[in-house]
Amino acid sequence: MIVADAENCAGIQSYIPYAQCGGAGASEEQKMAPTRRLPRGPSAFIPVEEILQQGPETIEEQQLSLEVSASGRPDNVMLVMGLHPDYLSSFWKMQGLLLRVDGPLPCPWRHYIAIMASARHQCSYLISFHMAEFLQVGGDPEWLLGIHRVPQKLRNLNEINKLLAHRPWLVTKEHIEALLTTGEHSWSLAELIQAVVLLTHYHSLASFVFGCGILPEGDPEGNPSLQVPSPSSGQSSPPNGDPLGSSGGFDAVREVEALMERMKVLQECQLQEEAASQEEMENRFELEKSESLLVAPTSDILELTPSPDVLCFVEDPTFGYEDFTRRGTQAPPTFRAQDYTWEDHGYSLIQRLYPEGGQLLDEKFQVVYTLTYNTIAMHSGVDTSMLRRAIWNYIHCVFGIRYDDYDYGEVNQLLERSLKVYIKTVACYPEKTTKRMYNHFWRHFRHSEKVHVNLLLLEARMQAALLYALRAITRYMT
Amino acid sequence: MEKMARVTTALGGNTLTGRTMYCHLDAPANAISVCRDAAQVVVAGRNIFKIYAIEEEQFVEKLNLRVGRKPSLNFSCADVVWHQMDENLLATAATNGVVVTWNLGKPSRNKQDQLFTEHKRTVNKVCFHPTEAYMLLSGSQDGYMKCFDLRKKDSVSTFSGQSESVRDVQFSIRDYFTFAATFENGNVQLWDIRRPDRYERMFTAHNGPVFCCDWHPEDRGWLATGGRDKMVKVWDMNTNRAKEIYCVQSIASVARVKWRPECKHHLATCSMMVDHNIYVWDVRRPYIPSAMFEEHRDVTTGIVWRHLHDPYFLLSGSKDSTLYQHIFKDASQPIERANPEGLCYGLFGDLAFAAKESLVTSDSNRKPYPGDRRHPIFFKRKLDPTEQFESVSSSALSVFETEPDSSSMGWFVDTARRYALAGRSLAELCDHNAKVAKELSRNQVAQTWTMLRIIYCSPGTVPSANLNHSIGKGSASLPLMNSFNLKDMASGMGSEARLDRSKGENRSENILLDSSTTLITNDENEETEGSDVPADYLLGDVEGDEDELYLMDHENAHTEEPEYVLPQEAFPLRHEIVDNPSGPDHLQDKADSPHVSGNEAETVSLTPVESFSLISISHTLSESRLPPDFFSTLVRDMLRFYAEQGDVQMAVSVLIVLGERIRKEIDEQTQEHWYTSYIDLLQRFRLWNISNQVIKLSTCRAITCLNQASTTLHVNCSNCKRPMSNKGWICDRCRQCASTCAVCHHVVKGLFVWCQGCSHGGHLQHILKWLESSTHCPAGCGHLCEYT
Repeated sequence: MIVADAENCAGIQSYIPYAQCGGAGASEEQKMAPTRRLPRGPSAFIPVEEILQQGPETIEEQQLSLEVSASGRPDNVMLVMGLHPDYLSSFWKMQGLLLRVDGPLPCPWRHYIAIMASARHQCSYLISFHMAEFLQVGGDPEWLLGIHRVPQKLRNLNEINKLLAHRPWLVTKEHIEALLTTGEHSWSLAELIQAVVLLTHYHSLASFVFGCGILPEGDPEGNPSLQVPSPSSGQSSPPNGDPLGSSGGFDAVREVEALMERMKVLQECQLQEEAASQEEMENRFELEKSESLLVAPTSDILELTPSPDVLCFVEDPTFGYEDFTRRGTQAPPTFRAQDYTWEDHGYSLIQRLYPEGGQLLDEKFQVVYTLTYNTIAMHSGVDTSMLRRAIWNYIHCVFGIRYDDYDYGEVNQLLERSLKVYIKTVACYPEKTTKRMYNHFWRHFRHSEKVHVNLLLLEARMQAALLYALRAITRYMT
Repeated sequence: MEKMARVTTALGGNTLTGRTMYCHLDAPANAISVCRDAAQVVVAGRNIFKIYAIEEEQFVEKLNLRVGRKPSLNFSCADVVWHQMDENLLATAATNGVVVTWNLGKPSRNKQDQLFTEHKRTVNKVCFHPTEAYMLLSGSQDGYMKCFDLRKKDSVSTFSGQSESVRDVQFSIRDYFTFAATFENGNVQLWDIRRPDRYERMFTAHNGPVFCCDWHPEDRGWLATGGRDKMVKVWDMNTNRAKEIYCVQSIASVARVKWRPECKHHLATCSMMVDHNIYVWDVRRPYIPSAMFEEHRDVTTGIVWRHLHDPYFLLSGSKDSTLYQHIFKDASQPIERANPEGLCYGLFGDLAFAAKESLVTSDSNRKPYPGDRRHPIFFKRKLDPTEQFESVSSSALSVFETEPDSSSMGWFVDTARRYALAGRSLAELCDHNAKVAKELSRNQVAQTWTMLRIIYCSPGTVPSANLNHSIGKGSASLPLMNSFNLKDMASGMGSEARLDRSKGENRSENILLDSSTTLITNDENEETEGSDVPADYLLGDVEGDEDELYLMDHENAHTEEPEYVLPQEAFPLRHEIVDNPSGPDHLQDKADSPHVSGNEAETVSLTPVESFSLISISHTLSESRLPPDFFSTLVRDMLRFYAEQGDVQMAVSVLIVLGERIRKEIDEQTQEHWYTSYIDLLQRFRLWNISNQVIKLSTCRAITCLNQASTTLHVNCSNCKRPMSNKGWICDRCRQCASTCAVCHHVVKGLFVWCQGCSHGGHLQHILKWLESSTHCPAGCGHLCEYT
């Protein structure tokens, strides 16, 4: 038997959103449990049944085995990720390491960095979550009033935060140098690595949150300002909630068939000809890059006016993603993937400065890269590696990373335009994602497959930003 | 560069001469390879593909193979290899997955010979067969290895590694048909070139990718592998299972490994990231490289020994766009800079000391360490006489074992367990602790406690008459500290008169003592006179009350004549003082009263003096009613003394017991330092409870907050039996208040007891009461709860 002193918890309680609605919570739960209302699912895009298909049991068991610890509630991100349990476990291990396990940075700082990173994409879901966590680990409430209240050292992170979030290719050795040069507010290399991992982790997690339309937990009415700018409120969503239902229609089926066909053709022709000349390959990459200019979402469908409680964590809020190739301007040189790979270089560097982090990141990238159920929509037993690679490389392409050994013509063949629009939006300006975009691509695919795309997005984006940051650090060190 | 050595080696008819030199390349190199005659080197990279002639003084560019208006990706080389049989034949692996062969004998400017576009991903490695002219092997990121016959347009066979990414392929130098392939998942596979369906053997060599491997040029069974896990391993493949025979731990992931020609145990490595140096290791000496080349400013990407049979020339290419020729003579030898001595404490207090043998032997006639029981053992290691560095490699290791008794910390544990630090009055605490110390025969400590009692408790609780009385009666504690007490007091007293008086007395006593050795009785008479108590009474009491305290004197006391009891009693006490000069006080004491210090030399005769003067002084002390503050500097010094001696236990215990009385005398930082040291010690001895008590009792903020940090308690929700998040009373899952009492159904605030079996529980009192009458859980879940 264990004797616990429950009184200790009393002080903390007031900070926890749940505690406030605690009394009502129980009865409410009972009402809701049997017939969960549709809008109260974890995601605005995905119907609740879809997520609970796995059964809440598995998710909770999952959680048990994960020792998710401190914040160990099955929050909505986790519920949605739970569609891919293998990935979920390595994701939570990583997040646990970043936030809770002993490391170079003090805990409140980590949460604050998470807030700063999420604020770049105005992801109020993550911000409010980490504000609570921040207070709980003993952070100074003053800091939450805005970025101007935090120590200079933390504020120095702003620049790199901004770049990593929107234009990671601009991160240079000078930025790293500026942070590391000895002085009153200087960072140590180990701290910086953790901060960089945290930043990229939260930038891409924000992508996931928007990409899957994650809703805030708890009170359904909630504070409207804390609500994800869920487009479902603005637009009457087309009645295609269930992709396997009738509404998808014949067209969608045909799309899938066509995609399968193209994949088969590509696979065959790869074995046969490989006629494309080098110049053409080069051109195809350039084409893909510049085309990504065009797939920008029809601008300003949803011009957000970020709420002040988000803006206070952001400096230079107008800074955003700018297309990698701008006509007329001097384009930054293409990042050659083979010259600085995660497996060889990135890992080796992180391993040196943040060993546990390197290990878990490596695992996570590997899990997501190899994750497959060999299914495409209603077909099973399909080798999807080609499709996955196309998505991964397309995301990297959007961030200016080029693989020498990849024919970017494949991207064009395999990824339909609506998917490209969606990928580009979620990767580059996730706050502009709408439910329509989500519904529009891969209309006949399962939701879990769309979540899979989002996982690829999350990780590819994180790896891209990390590679740029780590390359800058390597250059600084040599 | 001028002072660099110039080396000439004769190799049959062929001589190699040269010096350490370098040349700038236009672009970072990815790989280099050398021609069979050791006169030319090819450098390949993303934007470079050139052949340089190695001349005596410099590299001279011979040929640029990168031709054409718009260089295609086929020129973007990940690897390059020069055929060892045919000096016109080269092969490159391109990052876009193409394998290209080059024929230098072609008359045209473009030497490109054949193009194999069979791999789907980047080709990481190409390798020519060591003896067969037309056989080329490639390993690619797509997980396949392909064997090409250069006379044909396509590959002759494809080997599937069944996994991601082949990182390296190497033909065995001796076995005609065998090649080794290393993989990103940490495996190494051995293949027979004739059997493309299945590998012959596979084993896991590294944790994480294996970046490189190299067959030993002479020993057919040896394969060296290097991986991202920073290790270089040497495998003996002759046995049925690949056996790891050597392992070298580097400081960064190993990108290339190359056996050194003509040196059986040497190999060169370079790393992929962070570390720019090239190391040459003796695999038998895995902790320190035997040579190191530090010229490069960015990571080294390619290393190759210039000639198959010459161990002194190493060529290297790097990302810093330079090509170097390193001469072994110019290598830096880290061994010279390394500290040749090592010292380490073992778990049980043993001490190991390793040093160069020469150092140890020259010192061997030195007096051994006092705690040393076993004599030093010498381990000698001799290397091949042909090897370099033999002079430094023989070293000696001495192990000093401490005697079990001397190293035993039993007293520490006992003391920690038995000391009382709080909860009683100061006097009681002091008495108790003095008693504990005495029982562990730590007399000085015992006396200190008694002394503290007197200093801080006497004026209030023990009136002057009482004090004398107690001396006379021989109360349990007082006699113990008499002599000790005296000394400190004497020095502590500021009053001239009193000092004079004690001096005077001492002097007179000295005279007396000097003149006669039988003055003890006389002396004693004086003392008893002073205390107005008959001597017999005193002695009798002492015997009766102090049996347990005076264990050492016990037998003596029984056998001695009554008159001699007092001196006997004083002996050990006196002894304490001589043994333990109590820091500055003592010195000052000496200075003030030279006679006293003079007396110390005479051991026996002195004791009466002290016991005598004790009376008078304690008399005056109590009369003048000095405030306890008066002694605080003294006590402070005493604590410092103990702490410096290593007995931080005493310092902390006194600090806690005295609390406010002494706390302000010692600066916070010192206190904190003591506390942390003591707590650390306690925890090493697993005295968790005591360390916790100390933390709780400490007044340092930094210490008390130790208990508030990272103390996590995992509980289950009593409704759903799942672990609770530790953030309150509401279970996240079932949204109910988790900590309700199973008996009264109210929320428990305060002490909560719960069963780890069924997660039910409640108010401590309620549960206790319930379990008195029933063995089942009060919640009715049927669990048989146990309260322990």
